Amino acid sequence: MTPTAAHATTGTPATRRLGAVVAVLLALLVMSGLWWSAEDVVQGSTVRIMYVHVPSIWVAYMAFALTAVCSGAYVSGRSRSVAWDRVAGASAEIGVLFVAVSLVTGSLWGRLTWGTYWVWDARLTSTAFLFITYVGYLAVRRLGGTLRQRARRSSVIALLAVLEIPLVHFSVELWRSLHQEASVANPNARVELDGLMLFTLMLGLATFTALFVWLLLHRQRVILLEDTVADRGLDEAIASRRDEAGAR
Amino acid sequence: MEHASFIIASYVLTFGSIAAYAAWVVRRGRAMARRATREEMPWT
Amino acid sequence: MNRRSVAVAVARKDLAVEAGSRVIVNQVAPFALVVMVMFAFALDNDGILQRVAPGLVWLATLFSMLVVVQRSFAVESADGALDALRVAGVDPAAIFLGKSAALMVQLFALEVVLVCAAFVLYGVEPTAAGWAEAFVTMVAATVGLGFVGTLYGGLAAGARGRETLLPLLLLPVVAPVLIGATRATEAAFGSGGASVSEGWPWIGLLAVFAVIFGAAGSVAFGPLVDE
Repeated sequence: MTPTAAHATTGTPATRRLGAVVAVLLALLVMSGLWWSAEDVVQGSTVRIMYVHVPSIWVAYMAFALTAVCSGAYVSGRSRSVAWDRVAGASAEIGVLFVAVSLVTGSLWGRLTWGTYWVWDARLTSTAFLFITYVGYLAVRRLGGTLRQRARRSSVIALLAVLEIPLVHFSVELWRSLHQEASVANPNARVELDGLMLFTLMLGLATFTALFVWLLLHRQRVILLEDTVADRGLDEAIASRRDEAGAR
Repeated sequence: MEHASFIIASYVLTFGSIAAYAAWVVRRGRAMARRATREEMPWT
Repeated sequence: MNRRSVAVAVARKDLAVEAGSRVIVNQVAPFALVVMVMFAFALDNDGILQRVAPGLVWLATLFSMLVVVQRSFAVESADGALDALRVAGVDPAAIFLGKSAALMVQLFALEVVLVCAAFVLYGVEPTAAGWAEAFVTMVAATVGLGFVGTLYGGLAAGARGRETLLPLLLLPVVAPVLIGATRATEAAFGSGGASVSEGWPWIGLLAVFAVIFGAAGSVAFGPLVDE
């Protein structure tokens, strides 16, 4: 049965309610981040960038951790359920978006506080590698083949990324420790958060976490539909070829 | 507000790209859902 | 056949293919040398070249490695040899170790050429201890590169469009090798006043990398290449 137009979405009452909550939280976050909260003693108004920058990188870390967990669950689980792979893929895609956002907002913030868009500090450099690694992971997901092939390949790549990222981070840290020029400031360490500022940051983390859940629910359903439709397309192609062969 | 352009730019960039992605996901979901049956959508 | 003899047979086969076709000797090594000459054009200063020679040697190695890895799997997927081995129930870890070993031999030969080129073209002058350290660095880095190259090369082998995926997957992973090998080679060459003793921690990093990806590759190679 084809769903009626009203049902032809990836939304449910639950996601709609969650979406409404996210919208309200986002409005509160913008108001609080841009107007209500005070300026920082040292950083002045630039601290306002933190309220979107820190939650973005937080979501990215959470998303990549979830990708790793789901990939591990796919590989180790007896059922080998492709659902794990779909969640892993959806999560990685959202993570790539948020890590890109946090790299851009971070470099804007850096321009204001350090005077340059980019410094070769260990954390920044490994974050850039994190981004490239998961762009590669998403490319692996698009290699084609059956769903099981995709699931196996991408889960192995995701688990290898778990090995790679600490190695890259560690070696970049070693690399920087020899080159330590003018002390590259840790932007968070210089910020003395008062009550409302801390509240705004926490609100940002909560909002972005809810946003992540909403995006993840929708995206993994879209992947399921994409897989189903692609699968049916293949079946139809095979069937029509069979008909052609039978007609001859 | 000092440095308003940078601050506004980072907010616009963050929420703009997230909104664009969310809109893409929802619209793609609708387009795909039209080609699927209800049984293929376990959440309905 | 046990794992070791399969691995040896695979490695020997790959090296025999190279001995017959001489692609590395006739194409990849000249390519690497051209890259070294191009670096000299781009940087255009003897002092700078001498200072950055170690980094250039390893960059040229990585670029050449991409070509060698693609070559290593192109000969397999051209006639479905890898699939045939897997269908025959050959241990994937043995295939992985064998192909890695062959890749390491080829990469090491390339690195020798590149270090000689740096000696001649860029005017680096290591001490005896420096040469020894450079040798150990090359061994440690090559083992790591051979493992990751084979691991990701196996994934990127086969279907069309995958060749372009290899650099995207491989280069971020080998960043620790580039960092470690460059610093260790700087110490060995005395670039920028570095002393030989400064290089050993970096060689340790290279060794850790090699061990981790050797172990991970033996496990992961099978699922990655399985079609």
